[in-house]
Amino acid sequence: MFAVTVNDLTKSYGFVKAVNGLSFTIEEGEVFALLGPNGAGKSTVVEILEGHRTRDTGEVRVLGRDPGTAGQEYRDRIGIVLQEAGIERELTVREALVHYGACYSRRRPVDEVLDLVGLNGLGDRRTHRLSGGQRRRVDLALGLIGDPEVLFLDEPTTGFDPSARRHAWEMIEGLKALGTTILLTSHYMDEVQVLADRVAVLVEGRIVSEGTPAELRGRAESETMIRFRFPEVDPSSGPVVDMLGGLVGRTSLRNGVFEVCTVDPTTDLSLLTGWALERGGQLEGLEVTTPTLEDVYLDLIGDSHGAAGGAGSRDV
Amino acid sequence: MSDRTSPSAVALLFRQVGYQNRLFIRTPIAAMFTLVFPLIFLVLFGAIFEGVDLAPGEEVSPAQFYAPGLAVFAAVSATYTNVGIGVAIYRDEGVLKRIRGTPLPRWIYMGGVVGSGVAIAAGGAVVMLAVGFLVYGIEMDADRILPALVTFVVGVATFSLLGLALAAVAPSGQSAPALANATLLPVAFVSNVFISVRNEPPAWLDLLGDIFPLKAFSDAFFAAFDPFEEASAYKPWLLLWMGVWALAGAMVAVRKFRWEPSTGAGGGGGRRGRR
Ligand SMILES: Nc1ncnc2c1ncn2[C@@H]1O[C@H](COP(=O)(O)OP(=O)(O)OP(=O)(O)O)[C@@H](O)[C@H]1O
Ligand SMILES: [Mg+2]
Repeated sequence: MFAVTVNDLTKSYGFVKAVNGLSFTIEEGEVFALLGPNGAGKSTVVEILEGHRTRDTGEVRVLGRDPGTAGQEYRDRIGIVLQEAGIERELTVREALVHYGACYSRRRPVDEVLDLVGLNGLGDRRTHRLSGGQRRRVDLALGLIGDPEVLFLDEPTTGFDPSARRHAWEMIEGLKALGTTILLTSHYMDEVQVLADRVAVLVEGRIVSEGTPAELRGRAESETMIRFRFPEVDPSSGPVVDMLGGLVGRTSLRNGVFEVCTVDPTTDLSLLTGWALERGGQLEGLEVTTPTLEDVYLDLIGDSHGAAGGAGSRDV
Repeated sequence: MSDRTSPSAVALLFRQVGYQNRLFIRTPIAAMFTLVFPLIFLVLFGAIFEGVDLAPGEEVSPAQFYAPGLAVFAAVSATYTNVGIGVAIYRDEGVLKRIRGTPLPRWIYMGGVVGSGVAIAAGGAVVMLAVGFLVYGIEMDADRILPALVTFVVGVATFSLLGLALAAVAPSGQSAPALANATLLPVAFVSNVFISVRNEPPAWLDLLGDIFPLKAFSDAFFAAFDPFEEASAYKPWLLLWMGVWALAGAMVAVRKFRWEPSTGAGGGGGRRGRR
């Protein structure tokens, strides 16, 4: 049984196509992450599912309802943590939790929620006297107070210090263990690796890669990254393009540094060093590493970002 | 899941009224404007009209004429101004968007705003009239208390709805105070609130006042205090006219109401101070 299904969803703001034919499903009890750069469309997707925004076309179901038309009874069963939302500065943390909690038909005890998000001891403080990260925890707490079946978390850990982030991860894992379905957005590969059952990488409103974190990690582990500079060489000249084209791996150019992502580092290294020796040149700053998750992510979203110097990050 | 039974609408409504009252009480500047400002006017008017005989040959305190008007002004500040500004600011801060994501029915949120406006207005008016009775010697026949109450409830409900409409049309929380004052103050001067234009006003001033609901409110309310009023203190036509405005306000509020901040999708300047 799917808790969330999205089929061929599109949404434009004027000329900006924020979501461009998106499809995915989330099973009950699953933690699903949308990963992507700024402006990729993550919040747009999440807020359509929450019922905050309208969609242009496509089919959307959450808990069997269409969020675009569902009412009070639907919002009773979901929890929302918006990327940005205000809190009444006049209220204390506890008052806010009690007040918002009262709107739900089922709610978690306030002290339990304070404890879950790490706000014990701050319950009686006015919200405007909290730090940014503490206020973010109030957002989380308000998302949890109604004991939701589906929880939407739009960049929940932004602004958290490293220990608060770990703490939030534990909390999310705890909720998962209780069977809560969670849709999470994030910019952080490590976060998604820890938390998500499945990840979709979103770029310009489209999914460019989808799978389990292990599958993404698999890519990372099976490939090797070779980095070097050719200081005196024009990267777009014929011989260079020919040589790079002959490599097994994919080459990209970032800030004047060539990066070769390859499954066969022995062959590619030998080709490169041979080529350089023939010309009496040097592969400056030569570096052979296993790509980090961050590298995999950057490679996935790479075409439109990060790649400087004119060369695309796929095959040159 | 079957173990979900929604909280009752009445309980939620009461809770919302209490919540709005709490927000108001904890916003000292709003409380100051709505409750203290009109009182200052009362004291100033008391000094200005000291010894002036507004009703020659009768034993009537001058406050008899301006205290009810100022009570109406306090009530309208508590509803129209306060609701209009408060709701627009909470919208800009992203609080309304958060509320929209909860199962709270929207009409209960609005009901809470209106209910709290009525309660605060009642508080403000009671303070004004109490000072009027105790310090400035105004009087009222017991059989006119009910007409005064009826008029008051119709009036503040009307101006709460107009406040919601104001919030709905205000482009942002920052522009709401200017919009509120620019619409309220000029109208107040032709509506027998600060100064009475009862004695031979130019026809156009009279007409201008007649159009807006504030004069209907203050005239109907004053009828319960008017020492020369022979007829009933109920003014059904004036109440009806307020009702028309209330309906118009409700329609604008419902049609134009926005829950999202006017700038961007999030709570942009979310943590700004109020007012
Ligand atoms: N209310 C809006 N009006 C116009 N354009 C919008 C609006 N909201 C978002 N957009 C545009 O739609 C695109 C997707 O925005 P969205 O907020 O969904 O991205 P995001 O993936 O959540 O980004 P971020 O990581 O920065 O939060 C962006 O190009 C953005 O400029
Ligand atoms: Mg976003």
